[in-house]
Amino acid sequence: MSRDVKAGRLSPEKIAQNYADLHPLLSGHEAAVESARCLFCFDAPCTEACPTGIDIPGFIRKINSGNVRGAAVTILDSNIMGATCANVCPVEELCEQVCVKNTAEHRPVSIGRLQRYATDHLFEIGGQPFERAEPSGKRVAVVGAGPAGLSCAHRLAMRGHEVVVFEAREKSGGLNEYGLAAYKMTDDRAAREVEFILGIGGIEVRNRKALGVDFSLKELRREYDAVFIGMGHNAVNHLDMDHEDDPGAHNAVDKIAAIRQQDLNDIPVGRRVVVIGGGNTAIDIAVQIKKLGAEFVTMVYRRGFAEMGATDFEQEVAQTNGVLLKTWATPERILVDDEGVTGVRFEYTQNDDRGHLVGTGETFDLPADQVFKAIGQHFDENPLEADDCPDMDRGRILVDENRRTSLDGVWAGGDCVAGADLTVVAVQDGKLAAESIHRYLTDGAAHG
Amino acid sequence: MADLSCNIAGVRSPNPFWLASAPPTDKQYNVERAFEAGWGGVVWKTLGEPGPPIVNVCSRYGSVDYNGTRMMGLNNIELITDRPLEVNLAEITAVKKAWPDRAMVVSLMVPCNEKAWKDILKAVEQTGCDGVELNFGCPHGMSERGMGSAVGQVPEYIQDVTGWCKQHSDLPVFVKLTPNITDIRYPARAANAGGADAVSLINTINSITSVNLDSFSPEPSVGGKGAHGGYCGPAVKPIALSMVSEIARDPETAGLPISGIGGISNWRDAAEFIALGCGSVQVCTAAMHYGFKIIDDLVDGLNNWMDDKGHANLEAFRGKAVPNVTNWNELDLNYKTIASIDHDKCIECGLCHITCEDTSHQAIGRRKDENGKRWYEVIEDECVGCNLCYLVCPVEDCITMVEVDNGKPYMNWGDHPNNPMRN
Ligand SMILES: Cc1cc2nc3c(=O)[nH]c(=O)nc-3n(C[C@H](O)[C@H](O)[C@H](O)COP(=O)(O)OP(=O)(O)OC[C@H]3O[C@@H](n4cnc5c(N)ncnc54)[C@H](O)[C@@H]3O)c2cc1C
Ligand SMILES: Cc1cc2nc3c(=O)[nH]c(=O)nc-3n(C[C@H](O)[C@H](O)[C@H](O)COP(=O)(O)O)c2cc1C
Ligand code: SF4
Repeated sequence: MSRDVKAGRLSPEKIAQNYADLHPLLSGHEAAVESARCLFCFDAPCTEACPTGIDIPGFIRKINSGNVRGAAVTILDSNIMGATCANVCPVEELCEQVCVKNTAEHRPVSIGRLQRYATDHLFEIGGQPFERAEPSGKRVAVVGAGPAGLSCAHRLAMRGHEVVVFEAREKSGGLNEYGLAAYKMTDDRAAREVEFILGIGGIEVRNRKALGVDFSLKELRREYDAVFIGMGHNAVNHLDMDHEDDPGAHNAVDKIAAIRQQDLNDIPVGRRVVVIGGGNTAIDIAVQIKKLGAEFVTMVYRRGFAEMGATDFEQEVAQTNGVLLKTWATPERILVDDEGVTGVRFEYTQNDDRGHLVGTGETFDLPADQVFKAIGQHFDENPLEADDCPDMDRGRILVDENRRTSLDGVWAGGDCVAGADLTVVAVQDGKLAAESIHRYLTDGAAHG
Repeated sequence: MADLSCNIAGVRSPNPFWLASAPPTDKQYNVERAFEAGWGGVVWKTLGEPGPPIVNVCSRYGSVDYNGTRMMGLNNIELITDRPLEVNLAEITAVKKAWPDRAMVVSLMVPCNEKAWKDILKAVEQTGCDGVELNFGCPHGMSERGMGSAVGQVPEYIQDVTGWCKQHSDLPVFVKLTPNITDIRYPARAANAGGADAVSLINTINSITSVNLDSFSPEPSVGGKGAHGGYCGPAVKPIALSMVSEIARDPETAGLPISGIGGISNWRDAAEFIALGCGSVQVCTAAMHYGFKIIDDLVDGLNNWMDDKGHANLEAFRGKAVPNVTNWNELDLNYKTIASIDHDKCIECGLCHITCEDTSHQAIGRRKDENGKRWYEVIEDECVGCNLCYLVCPVEDCITMVEVDNGKPYMNWGDHPNNPMRN
């Protein structure tokens, strides 16, 4: 049976329409009305809920007074990637979840969209609001130009240090450039944000330079006054099943990167697609494939809706885009013929008395032209050689509250350390680490 | 259905809602549309002397927007009608003939000499209108020519002009007062002394709506320059209510009919003016903002409220609030209220706390319970009953001001031990 996989299932116009901004920019009037809804709470719960602690009532009030540039600077002061976060943060579980207007009017203030209104305005008018302190003469190496690494680099540059960022990939930005859904990160906003961050000066990025290939941690520690590791998740999880690398089976993250990097009209998609997984990555691949014109997209998760890693809002995005969400089923084997994958056999699952997930023994087959695995990513410590590897904890680099690792002079943050795998959390990690490195470099003291 | 019909100084209309003298009443076309929509009457846009009409500038209005709401306040630098006198008179005649049950009052402004007023009155009487309104209020353009508020700010002039009008015409005379004066009672007394049948107030307030921070021109801008204009709309209502009440309770003018004007946008506003003694009410900005259709709710809302309250007609509640407006030194210093917070309704914004904390009294403490719920508590001994927390609280009925019976008898400032002038 030949698999029905091809590019251009929809017209370029339709694809462009499907990939339009999920949350379009507010108009000036909308921003005025929405910002007026903010009560300017004292003790604002939204600020407490924001991992980077943005003064949310403060910036919203500035939007309301017409001081939009000031609003943007308030945001970026706490979160240098406030522009990306405005578009990708799961606000329904962060700031907007705790907005007092949920109680008062059953609808929070649209903090994310107001944040975008402010930061887009700043990028539109241009200019660099941040200045560098007097040069300290210290040099810091940062590994990885994702949210964690760039946030760390920017804050270090502000404090007067010289930073060299080593990035394995061709472009900087980490998952902002290669991972986040295209309909959240339209145009070249990821690249523009990187350019803005580097605009402060004092940061040199060396692309296509990978730790563990081109240099070692030992070398960095010798040559630099401090090191920050922000390598993210550098490996994907496997099903450990036959045929998972056969033609027709793909890693979701690779496909997502392709969608971000290539012309959308050139991306081959199947007519019938199965996505395995229940997190935001699974949602992102399912929705983006659907938006490219796949006819049947089924996302299969081994537990129930409540247990899904994907937020309610993300589930809703999938459903309203026509993705079928199938719960309580786990892949048993990948079905193939001579030419590759033809489908997946799933076994129904349930929780047993003790709450453990077990198979029921019953199965069903889903035919598929393409199968995407979105069952998680992890940190692989291989690039850090054995004799110079910081202590690990459950597969991630162990850090203290200042993001210091067990190695002297080495900090880490973002997806490669414990915590929620979110852009905003990575930014906060980088910022905290930078402040700790700054204290370390200026006091010369080891307490960081 | 309550009876909304209205009779003020002998001018009758099926409801008390009149359009104030302004652009909506500048033409037959507009006024007939207003009457079709249901307006009870109009005060025709102010007429001037015969001869070449006045000329208006381009860019005429400025607005104060508040939190995304347009036109909380409106300002204009227009003058009186810019159409020939004969055209206006012919149209007034035609409209009155076609709509005999509606109030047709004609606003007038001519130079401050007896002949000018006598002549215009003779011409206006021919239209069959129900009354005239002397525009002593317009604060811009005409006042520089010795008319409008230039007259309205000098009580003697008001008395003279009103006297001439009463002498040369049998029509009921409404005197429209300017608020651009320190004590509104003086012009009202002058109008009364001159024989006015009623006063209308307020006209617009001197204002510059804003300054353009690019061009540094005041708004509205006429090629980069601006002049102060007249302010009206929802923002001016409190000022108008206060001035109306001053006249209503002044022994010299008590009983003088009042046509209330200033920021009236809905039936509630209108009812408040009537409760302070007004016989009719006039609307300008709200009609300019939304069109004539707002009359539906004005009539319907007032009707329903009167039915609910059992007020059979306007007289049943007109002036009911007047006796309750007193001077500060007659207020009871022993009356006590304390803020009370309904914790089930509290949304935890903390505004009551910070507002009391930073304003003066530090009477609302803040805590967090073991679940992280914010908890705001009134410290009763510190609460002075100022209302601020209750005003800032965004949730209806979450904070209430509770009357406390402290057992103390009525005592005003006159009797208070702290008063050095106490007898
Ligand atoms: C498909 C997908 C969708 C997501 N959607 C959202 C979302 O909507 N909202 C949200 O908040 N979060 C989302 N996330 C999570 C978010 O993208 C991450 O939490 C965040 O990017 C982590 O930042 P980081 O800097 O730690 O890692 P990354 O963004 O992964 O950056 C790490 C960088 O290090 C580089 N690197 C790796 N190894 C080496 C090496 N050996 N040498 C040099 N450089 C190296 C990488 O190339 C990369 O540029 C999503 C993640 C995925 C995978
Ligand atoms: C554009 C404009 C023109 C006006 N022209 C006159 C006028 O010619 N004569 C007059 O007596 N009042 C005039 N006024 C004042 C209104 O009649 C009315 O007194 C004032 O607007 C307050 O009422 P409001 O708050 O309902 O608008 C004018 C007001 C506006 C906005
Ligand atoms: S009424 Fe005034 S003094 Fe009393 S608690 Fe409220 S704000 Fe404070």
